[in-house]
Parts: sequence; C-alpha cells; structure tokens
Amino acid sequence: PLWCDKVLLRASRRVEIAYFSHSQITRLYSRFHSLDKGENGALSREDFQRIPELAINPLGDRIINAFFPEGEDQVNFRGFMRTLAHFRPVEDNEKSKGHDASEPLNSRNNKLLFAFRLYDLDRDDKISRDELLQVLRMMVGVNISDEQLGSIADRTIQEADTNGDMSISFSEFIKVLEKVDVEQKMSIRFLH
Amino acid sequence: MKTLLKIFEWATLRIERGAKERNHPVYKPYTNGIIAKEPTSLVEEMTEIRRSGSNRDLDGAFEMSDIFYFCRRGLESIVDDEVTKRFSAEELESWNLLTRSNYNFQHISTRLTVLWGLGVFIRYGFLLPLRVTLAFTGVSCLVVLTTLVGYLPSGRVKNFLSETAHLMCYRICVRALTAIITYHHSENKPKNGGICVANHTSPIDVIILASDGCYAMVGQTHGGLMGFIQRAMVRACPHIWFERSEVKDRHLVAKRLSDHVQDKSKLPILIFPEGTCINNTSVMMFKKGSFEIGCTVYPVAIKYDPRFGEAFWNSSKYGMVNYLLRMMSSWAIVCSVWYLPPMSREEGEDAVQFANRVKAAIARQGGLVDMLWDGGLKRGKVKDTFKEEQQKLYSKILVGTQEDRSRS
Repeated sequence: PLWCDKVLLRASRRVEIAYFSHSQITRLYSRFHSLDKGENGALSREDFQRIPELAINPLGDRIINAFFPEGEDQVNFRGFMRTLAHFRPVEDNEKSKGHDASEPLNSRNNKLLFAFRLYDLDRDDKISRDELLQVLRMMVGVNISDEQLGSIADRTIQEADTNGDMSISFSEFIKVLEKVDVEQKMSIRFLH
Repeated sequence: MKTLLKIFEWATLRIERGAKERNHPVYKPYTNGIIAKEPTSLVEEMTEIRRSGSNRDLDGAFEMSDIFYFCRRGLESIVDDEVTKRFSAEELESWNLLTRSNYNFQHISTRLTVLWGLGVFIRYGFLLPLRVTLAFTGVSCLVVLTTLVGYLPSGRVKNFLSETAHLMCYRICVRALTAIITYHHSENKPKNGGICVANHTSPIDVIILASDGCYAMVGQTHGGLMGFIQRAMVRACPHIWFERSEVKDRHLVAKRLSDHVQDKSKLPILIFPEGTCINNTSVMMFKKGSFEIGCTVYPVAIKYDPRFGEAFWNSSKYGMVNYLLRMMSSWAIVCSVWYLPPMSREEGEDAVQFANRVKAAIARQGGLVDMLWDGGLKRGKVKDTFKEEQQKLYSKILVGTQEDRSRS
C-alpha cells in the first residue's frame, strides 16, 4: 500500500534498516500506525499511555521517555525503530556488519547505556542518590518507607561507587553488572 | 459457499505470486504476533537476574539490574500488547475479495480484478438492494405487529402472538443480512426466569439470538426511530428499558432485573456482560452486576466466521448506518451459536468468581482467548490498582525475605 512504500523508501537509506528485516519493518509500521490515533505520522506520550500493559508498568513513564529525544514531544517512525533496535538480540549482528565502524545499537554496552539512562534523568552521566531514589520509589509504590528506601539507596551507591563521588557513573554501572546476562534480559525475540 | 472459499484462496495466492514477480513487499498478517514473549513472572525473572549477576541469592537487597524486567516488559507491550488489538477487526489470512479487508490492493492481474469487479457488482447491485428492502420490511413488520398485539388483553393468546410476531420479524432481519447461523445444543436454550449471557461482537448478536428464541431485552431508552421501535416492542411483551439517568443507579438496575426474573411468566433476559463490542477473538471481563442477581445463568457463545464478512462493529471508526451498509454489502454473515448448559452460583463463590467461571466456559466453547482485561479500556484509562499490585509484589522481593529471616 502507498503509505508503506513511501516510508520504506525513506527508511531504506537509514541505518535502522540494518536491525530489522523487511517484513519486520512492515509489521512495526503497522503497529506504529495503529498506535498513532491522531494519524499525523508521529506518536505522542498519550499514544503510548493508551497501551494498558504499559500504563500499569511501574517504570512505564521512564520507558516512554526513552523514545523521545531531548525536549521533544513527538517521535516519528524512524525514532520508534531506533529505540526498538536496542532490544534486538546480540547474536543477530551479521546484518549490521560492514555498515559503519561505530558500535551497533543492540550491543551489550548500548543496552546497558539504555538502562543507565532510565535512571539518569538529567543526563549528566551520573546516577545521583536522588535519581536512584526516584526510580526505587516508582518500583515500590507506597509499600516501603522513606527511611528504608533511603538506606537501600545508600547501600547500593556504597557498593558501586569506586571513586568516592557518592554517585554512580556509567563505568561503575558497567562494573556492577558485569556478571549479569544483559544480552538476554534486555532483548526481545522478533519473529521472522 | 465452498466454491466461494476456493475462489478466495486462489485470489490470495495470485496476489502473493504477483507481488513476488514485482518485488513488492506483501503485507502478510502475522497471526502469531511480531515477537515471542517470555511467559516468566516477576518473581521468577528477578531470581534469575540476581543469580546470574552475583553470588548472592534473593536476599532482599536491591540490584541495579532489577529494572531490566520492567524495561523489557514495557518494550514488549509497546511492540505487541494483548488488549488494544481486540478493539479492531481481526486480520484474515486469505483475501475475501472485499477491498476493506485487503492491505495489498493493487492491480496484480486482470483475472483478479475482473473477479473483484464481478464481486462488487453482485454485492452492491444485487445483494444490497435486496437486503435493504428486507430490512425495512422486517423492522416495519416488527413495529406494526407488536403495536397490534399490544391492544390485546394480557393472557396466553397475547404471549403466543407476541412471540410469533417477534420471531417472524427477527427471522426476516436475519435474511436481510444473509446470516447463516448454526445453532448447537438447542436443548440448553434459555428458559423463563433466567438470564442469558453472551459475548458481544456487534448489535447483530441480538438479532441472531432473538430469531431462535424469545428474550426480554435490556437497554437504554433512545429517542427517534430506535425509541419508537422500543416503545412498540414493550407493548407486546415486557422488555426492560432504562432511562439514561437510571442506568447509573446500580441498585435500581439490579432490583428491576431481579423483579423480572422472579416472575416466571416473563421471558429470559438477554444481557451482554462485557458492556462493549469486542472483535470476536477474545472474551473480556464480565461486569459482575448481572451475576449478583442469583438466578440461573444460561451462557451462550457466539463465534463469527470472518471470511465472508467482518461482523465486528468498531464504534470509534464507523457509525451505525455505515456499519449496517458494510454488513449488508458483504458476502454473508456466518456464525455459530452454542447454547451452554445452565450455571448457577455455587456455595462460597462470589459474583466475580461466578462471572469468571461463566466467561471461561464461553471462551472455551467459542475458541476465544479468555482475558481479565476490562472491555471499557476501549475508551477509558486502566485502573491504578494493577500498577499497585506489581509494586507490592516487587516490594515483597526487596524486603520480604528479610522479614522471613528475622521470624525464623
């Protein structure tokens, strides 16, 4: 159909196509289109919040935020695919070889960076105690007291912080998670 | 009908072949979904992540990797979620020569286009006018006959004539849609003093059920033509129409319903507990109101075959008139109706559990997915209680095990 062809032509010149097959892109565009209630070719935060399973996810708002570039309220299909590309399993990297020298979006490092950015709201490349507390509060709701949550945050920072600045940098973050199977836990198995 | 099906299959294959020849991307509906989801729960996955990450077991401390679970679940639901797809028409595997159900419609071959053109001619030139005439006849007969019967004094004769009138008119309407219905297990048909519940796909459900048995309808009073029809119907036999203001008052609604079922001379009530139209691939949450009344429930499962015409009414996309026109210009409406054995509320079961039990039976019979989500999510927001449940579960993981240790 006409709408699909135009987008595919534009998308085929972009790097994102390296992460998804033709049929997957078609399917993702159909999904994008069904979420886009305003039919203006871009998704707003409300469009995401209409998904019930996402609305009840404790980290729902942060995840939605990850789709929107700094200061913007709309994400187009390219941006949509770009964010989803982070969750491609790592072993499917034959397609992206030879495209450019930079690291693929779905590498272990980039997956960890995605998770890091869920914590680091102000993008200062450090997870402060406050930022950690915010995420903890989102995940536990009203079930844990401020004091208990505070001590959990303090202990976490103490264990991770190696340079004594009372916050967690990206390299410290990587070190803490070095034994975790990030590739599997932060991947979605796309069919076909 | 079988020849029609064969033609549909041939049409699909032809499209795919034509598309391959031109290297066009063919949009194929994936009935299996875009992604394969892991069915693990919150607890299972947290344990897995922690065990792989450190030597400690689930000892109640927070791990920075805990967000991975929520993150992945969130992304999965963005790509493919269970709920939003229930509010739009199901996708077909093979094309049925209606442009509305085909996403690949381009000129592929002359033969195909000719066949499609022939289909259009037959459907719009021949079937549609015939059906519209029948529909008018059916509705006017209903109004006229019920008004006439209404003048008779109450008694056995009146009831008999009223039932005959209703049945006849509904059967004309069924012909007007060319609905090919197969009824199963008619021995379980609803009897007086009970409630009939069914899954809801479109307003046509009412016509389909009412052409095989007599029911008391429940609904809001409308103005205009609908209101006129409602007033005529109620003269012949008691239906339950509510004013818009009365609908909010749950006690009033429950009282009128229970008064009706206690009177054994009155017909069984027909209710659709989902409250809204769902696309016939799943059954969504049943509202517990009808299950609190405490009488016998007769479940009915309705399953449409979408290959001949899509019966689902997407009320946010199409108005009623548009919908009826689409119905009448499809090939046919084919469906199966199963009358399930009657159920009653058991000891120690509350209304919600009873509703879920009935829902499961209907879903099982109709081959539909049984879902706990509320059909009201079509238009409304999801309740915060679900999020709070997840938060509670996670909090238990964080601090729960510490409590267990201090207790032992």
